[in-house]
Amino acid sequence: MSPFRDPYSAKPFEGLKFVDVGCGGGILSEPLARMGATVTGIDAVEKNINIAQLHADLDPGTSSIEYLCTTAEKLVEEQRKFDAVLALEVIEHVAEPAEFCKSLSALTVSGGANVISTINRSMRAYATAIVVAEYLLHWLPKGTHEWSSFLTPEELVLILQRASISVQEMAGFVYNPLTGKWSLSDDISVNFIAYGTKNTE
Amino acid sequence: MNRAIVRRITPSIRTWRSTLKTFCSDTSEKLHGSHGDKAVTVKSSSLDSTDNVPQYDVAIVGGGMVGMALACSLASMPLTKHLNVAIIDSNPALLARDSIKKEDAPDPRVSTVTPATISFFKGMGAWQYVQLHRHAFFDRMQVWDYTGLAYTRYSARDVGKAVLGCVVENKVLQRSLLSCMEDSDVKKKIYPSRLNSMTLHKSSLISGTDSISSKPSGSLAKLNLSNGDCLYAKLVVGADGSKSHVRNLAGISTTGWKYPQNAIICTVEHTEDSRCAWQRFLRTGPIALLPMGDNYSNIVWTMDPQQAADRRSMNETDFLKAVNDALDDGHGPHPQSERMGGGGILAWLRSDETSSASEPFEVPPRITKLASDRMVFPLSLMHANNYVSKRVVLIGDAAHTVHPLAGQGVNLGFGDANSLSKVIAEGVAVGSDIGEMTLLKRYESERKAANIAMMAILDGFQKAYSIDFGPLNVLRAAAFHGVNYISPLKKNIISYASGEQRLPIFT
Repeated sequence: MSPFRDPYSAKPFEGLKFVDVGCGGGILSEPLARMGATVTGIDAVEKNINIAQLHADLDPGTSSIEYLCTTAEKLVEEQRKFDAVLALEVIEHVAEPAEFCKSLSALTVSGGANVISTINRSMRAYATAIVVAEYLLHWLPKGTHEWSSFLTPEELVLILQRASISVQEMAGFVYNPLTGKWSLSDDISVNFIAYGTKNTE
Repeated sequence: MNRAIVRRITPSIRTWRSTLKTFCSDTSEKLHGSHGDKAVTVKSSSLDSTDNVPQYDVAIVGGGMVGMALACSLASMPLTKHLNVAIIDSNPALLARDSIKKEDAPDPRVSTVTPATISFFKGMGAWQYVQLHRHAFFDRMQVWDYTGLAYTRYSARDVGKAVLGCVVENKVLQRSLLSCMEDSDVKKKIYPSRLNSMTLHKSSLISGTDSISSKPSGSLAKLNLSNGDCLYAKLVVGADGSKSHVRNLAGISTTGWKYPQNAIICTVEHTEDSRCAWQRFLRTGPIALLPMGDNYSNIVWTMDPQQAADRRSMNETDFLKAVNDALDDGHGPHPQSERMGGGGILAWLRSDETSSASEPFEVPPRITKLASDRMVFPLSLMHANNYVSKRVVLIGDAAHTVHPLAGQGVNLGFGDANSLSKVIAEGVAVGSDIGEMTLLKRYESERKAANIAMMAILDGFQKAYSIDFGPLNVLRAAAFHGVNYISPLKKNIISYASGEQRLPIFT
């Protein structure tokens, strides 16, 4: 039985090893580190890693993050293992999602956590995440996303299952244009996030 | 399903470009005693330091009531009690650890704390310390003016509560908060000094420069104190009063105007005690009598500066006579408690009548003795255009000052402290950098609306009562009557003034 972790403490992730795959500038890695996790951030683009390292060095709470310019596959070769593997907004950009999930699974300890977020391959997602976000509001550069590489929630669950990860929960992100705030919801038709656990052997 | 709020995830890469900004104060500037400048003893413990300069999570500049309330609130919440807090204040009164003697007459600097503030204190565990010293609850209030045409009586029973507020000396509030904090195990250090200057380092990442970028404290705010001490902080809180130095250093401008009035405050003794607060609007400004217990009361009398100077220097007997005249006789007849005849339009409202609507006009107690010095303060309205700036946030009088006519000033400040500590806790819960603008903006949007609404109302009152004009007097009298007898309106007013309601109407 794993020890109980207090979800309301200031450092609930103390003692846990996390890997943030596709960490970019460290936008997710830093808060996780402040919450007590030992974080490794990886990204295939070297410029991102440089920026992430410089920014993390500004705050003593985040300067311990290990940033590596590498891929999930290479980390698997190094036989690294983590308690939680996070890949937010990454899988829609990889060439082989099924292989990618297998790598993520290989990085996870048995019974460990996997969190993947991406965009659904739906008509609404085409309208909002591509047309509106890229062409109308210019939130993202044109061509950031390819609709054909989006995954539906069913597909994601299936490829994760084939990689020995059982999806436990799924939720969506919705944006309220009146308040300008994002919130968690049950609507997975555009942006969604899945939490799964690695099957115990 | 109950879901938490998530921040927007931008796949795009943010460039952390920045410039070096330095704010220097004039070292020759002599900043004189805003209420925030008080000193506290130093306990020297070495905290996290890089190159020997200590680092704190929160640096509270100003150890007055509101600054201390923030510190105490952070100390009382499980999410924030591990934060390192530094308090910077040079007032020697706080250093002196002598206890407040019960036999002393009350200090004239008092505040009326609303029930919302009392709950805030209880939540932090600080109210038990206030109860050890003199404090006076009141459950009734009478408001009338010099024309003698009408009056309004408020009672806590109208809204089903036990009290309308409590009158406590400022030093008691401050000392209680300090004791409460000291009894907790929060990591804090008190610097008995003044803030001289502040630097916000942001290293230039693109050009990949110099040594600043590699220091772990590179982006923190650096504070230089007048005694030569130096410290880093993730968040600098300006709780240093209406002439806030932090606000100036952060370059935050203000809007406001001086009122053509000063307030005289003093403690007096009278013949009998009452749990009633009195306020009479005179031609030149309101006079308020706030009960303090043991037959003492506090007087806050607003008038034009020349009269204030005269009344402060006149001898005691003359002053007491002036006060008694202002409260009763000399300025018009007693208002009659006439009821509006036979139902009519308001009958449907009267079915829900408040108990205080049936109370007759009561004459305030006679003042017999002056029990303290008379102090005079200028009055003004001030509102900071922004409450937050990078790594800087303002609370209390540093962000806003109001007319004392409704006893709301420090209560707004406590509301700020409460809100800011909750926002900081929310930030810590999701691992944010507590000095980040997006987090601080949440505090600003919550408090600005509430503070501006209250300030507008108080300013409106101040202006409405500064004109002596026949038809306007009758209008005001009608307003008094209306509030007294229209119970939903009265209940709304009481709830709003008690802090239970955030905005005047739409809550």
